[in-house]
Amino acid sequence: MSLLDIDERILELVDLVDLDVSPFDDKKAFDRQVDVGFVEGGCSNEYNVKELREFRKHCRILISVGACAINGGVPAMRNTIGLRECLEAVYLNGPSLEGAGMIPNDEDLPLLLDRVYPSHEIVKIDYFLPGCPPSGDAMWEGLKALLTGKAPTLPYLLCKYE
Amino acid sequence: MVAASFKFNIDGIEVEATEGQSVIEACDEAGIYIPRLCHHPELPPSGNCRVCTCKINGRHSAACVTPAAHGMVIENDTPQLTSDRRAVIEMLFVEGNHPCPYCVASGDCELQALGYRLGMVAPTQPYQWPERKIDATHPDIYLDHDRCILCSRCIRASRMEDGKTVFGFEGRGIAMRLNVDAQGGLGETQMAAIDKAASVCPVACIVIKRHNYQVPNGSRRFDKTPIGSDIEAKRTRRQS
Ligand code: SF4
Ligand code: SF4
Ligand code: FES
Repeated sequence: MSLLDIDERILELVDLVDLDVSPFDDKKAFDRQVDVGFVEGGCSNEYNVKELREFRKHCRILISVGACAINGGVPAMRNTIGLRECLEAVYLNGPSLEGAGMIPNDEDLPLLLDRVYPSHEIVKIDYFLPGCPPSGDAMWEGLKALLTGKAPTLPYLLCKYE
Repeated sequence: MVAASFKFNIDGIEVEATEGQSVIEACDEAGIYIPRLCHHPELPPSGNCRVCTCKINGRHSAACVTPAAHGMVIENDTPQLTSDRRAVIEMLFVEGNHPCPYCVASGDCELQALGYRLGMVAPTQPYQWPERKIDATHPDIYLDHDRCILCSRCIRASRMEDGKTVFGFEGRGIAMRLNVDAQGGLGETQMAAIDKAASVCPVACIVIKRHNYQVPNGSRRFDKTPIGSDIEAKRTRRQS
């Protein structure tokens, strides 16, 4: 969503690209190949993995955008604690629980992975746009490079891990 | 007696050095930046991070522990050395836990700044997610071992400057850890917040409590200018 931080430049962008699967048009699944895919967020459950693999299959160039996609971000705080311990702390021993708790186990819930994985540990990623989130200028810099067939590289002031 | 002076060559630039200087000290004085992490200008060198590795007379050597000598020919700023150094920085990122977005040192951290300067966009080596404990036993300082890169600056500062032995290493290789000389943690040691050892950590492992997030984003040490700019400015000034 930090794509929106490019502000009015989005008008320039829509003249140059067709948005396919995105939160803006609410199209949820690919039905054709596209040139560029941006992924945000790491993989914390099996649904994330499936989705990421779909992106890889349908995008010629796949870009990891933001700290969560790149290193797991805040959700990855659980990686050094362990999944069982986290679930027990919240659902069995949480301070706000009344009576005996229960770890959610509905079959509709995507299964959690043992830890949160950065995107590039699941599929091949072509480029990275770091930041938490990447600034509008960084997004724009990346987009400009892609539109002109170049590899996105960020100048010092725009390349930030935070 | 004035120490004898002599010249050596780094990346085609002639540098004057005096007897007893290391390569990194002579280059700092001449305004040529050699990336480094464990080296601190006010502490004796230890040569344990290898980020400062240059090709000195054809051999890879750490510039912080190599004495400058007459006629040396040194390669520093080459694509290969930059890529080797970036690999070292990447390994340090994945060996510890480094969530820059919410870390107190962000913008002021030498590890992060080296990542920027050496062109690391994202670490791509496998994350290790080590389990390391925070030591908050001291009233004024906490130790966040997740961030420790084992540079030994605090060990040297405590021994040489503070006359204490608060810090040391235990274990070897990937299992090496920083420890303190008391069973009950830092709070039981002689450590004080005004110690040299409390101010030399290049990352956010040794952190003074109640003094964080005070400098706004944009005004911190490495927000606008890359690490090493202060050293390089000496040379630009001389040339102009
Ligand atoms: S210590 Fe430096 S590299 Fe590590 S998380 Fe903090 S800012 Fe990032
Ligand atoms: S605590 Fe800081 S100064 Fe000490 S070894 Fe770790 S990183 Fe270096
Ligand atoms: S700075 Fe020379 S080895 Fe670390």
